[in-house]
Amino acid sequence: MVYGKAARDHYVAELAAIKKDGLFKEERFIHSHQGAEIEVEYPLGAPVKRVINMCANNYLGLSGHPDVEKAAAEGLSAKGYGMSSVRFICGTQDIHHELERKLSEFLGTEETLLFGSCMDANAAIFEVTLGPEDVIIADRLVHASIIDGIKLSSAQYDSYKHMDMKHLESKLQQFQYKRIRMVATDGVFSMDGDIAPLDRICELAEKYDAMVMIDDSHATGFLGKTGRGTHEHCGVVGRIDVITTTLGKAMGGASGGCISGRKELVDLCFQRARPYLFSNTLAPVITAASIKVVDLISATTERRDKLEWNAKYFREKMEAAGFDLRPGRHPIVPVMLYNAQLAQDVSRELYDEGIYAIGFFFPVVPKGQARIRVQLSAAHEKDHLDKAVAAFTKVGAKYGILGLKKDQIIAKYGM
Amino acid sequence: MADALKDKIREYVHNEYVEEGNEVEIKDDTPLISGGLVDSFSMVSLKLFLENEYKIKIPDEDASAEAFDTVNRIAGVVRKFSPQA
Repeated sequence: MVYGKAARDHYVAELAAIKKDGLFKEERFIHSHQGAEIEVEYPLGAPVKRVINMCANNYLGLSGHPDVEKAAAEGLSAKGYGMSSVRFICGTQDIHHELERKLSEFLGTEETLLFGSCMDANAAIFEVTLGPEDVIIADRLVHASIIDGIKLSSAQYDSYKHMDMKHLESKLQQFQYKRIRMVATDGVFSMDGDIAPLDRICELAEKYDAMVMIDDSHATGFLGKTGRGTHEHCGVVGRIDVITTTLGKAMGGASGGCISGRKELVDLCFQRARPYLFSNTLAPVITAASIKVVDLISATTERRDKLEWNAKYFREKMEAAGFDLRPGRHPIVPVMLYNAQLAQDVSRELYDEGIYAIGFFFPVVPKGQARIRVQLSAAHEKDHLDKAVAAFTKVGAKYGILGLKKDQIIAKYGM
Repeated sequence: MADALKDKIREYVHNEYVEEGNEVEIKDDTPLISGGLVDSFSMVSLKLFLENEYKIKIPDEDASAEAFDTVNRIAGVVRKFSPQA
């Protein structure tokens, strides 16, 4: 017997330890399309309940958009279901090339290469483009997929304090002896919704001869005046060397990602990126629908404008109700509760009130920084937001946290 | 008794990892990595600093998250390769 007692006991103990630490994740089954209102079965076996969804990355509301679903259906009928191939053998259709060209145009870059996910894109970019003579200097709070990507590369790694430009500058000075320096950061950091100061990062990169790489998954499609992303928001279009991003959030939300940037870097990824060479092509149906998404958001800024309005409105109402929010203007709105148990209790009670919003706590965020992370969508109508604020207010009053600041919440509930 | 090596490690960890507005006192036995102050990945910077400062090479097997978890333990690792430090 291969799966022996020792192995089984080991896995049982691992799972028990996760449960003991309160970190055991359970899925909730959604019976509907994605959208502002969804039908959820939670806990498993419970009757399906219709709730307002405040935790999807569906920023532009395109995940369940009829035009996008229609384009997907047409793509299915015109280009088929699967390709049963990696890209370079017999997996590249005309629409893959069309989507890559449109993404380059939308992002303001020279060249784009599609991947199965942004996680794959991040797994590729560092390993392909940098070697032991080079260094990657990353913001300390970059997404886990960037960390994993860096681990796959043979380049030296160092990090700078979160958005601390002085610290970044000292690292750039320290590594002047390296062949290539690459600064890596999230465009928008997913836990706080804070926006990397790309204008200052580009200035430093130019001063110290470094490339700049950003993962713009929480910005592509809606940040900046025409939704190009963090580089547009910060006024540095054309100065970012590599953008990795996802089609799995604002851009229709199915799956897929890309590396977009300097031609030579992307061309090298075509030749050498392992997630491109050894993983299947992006499904035709997703490719076709993504083309429609790029067309929709290139034609009008209506959806990103509505999202911006929703974020501003929700923040104002929640602050007026007495919640402690992380400041900002991004549709990620962290409602700070600091205590992990409190975050879980508030999330559960919100669900009872018909609001689906999840608590985040250590190790996803640092200890003592537990919160409910609200994510707004252009699919939300004002009525959804009013209902959500009312539910938050009711639950917040029950726990006596309205009007309390960080120290007062910690004094009441602990870290 | 003052310990110059530990003071140097403490100063580096403070400057490098403690965020402004989130002051924490770093004692000799404060858990740095398991306590969430230093993530095990950015520990690389600390290892590099020590190697440059004390002109030593710390092999990967001696640079585990456990071995780097407190100022005391880090000082122990450095002294293994540079006894006079």
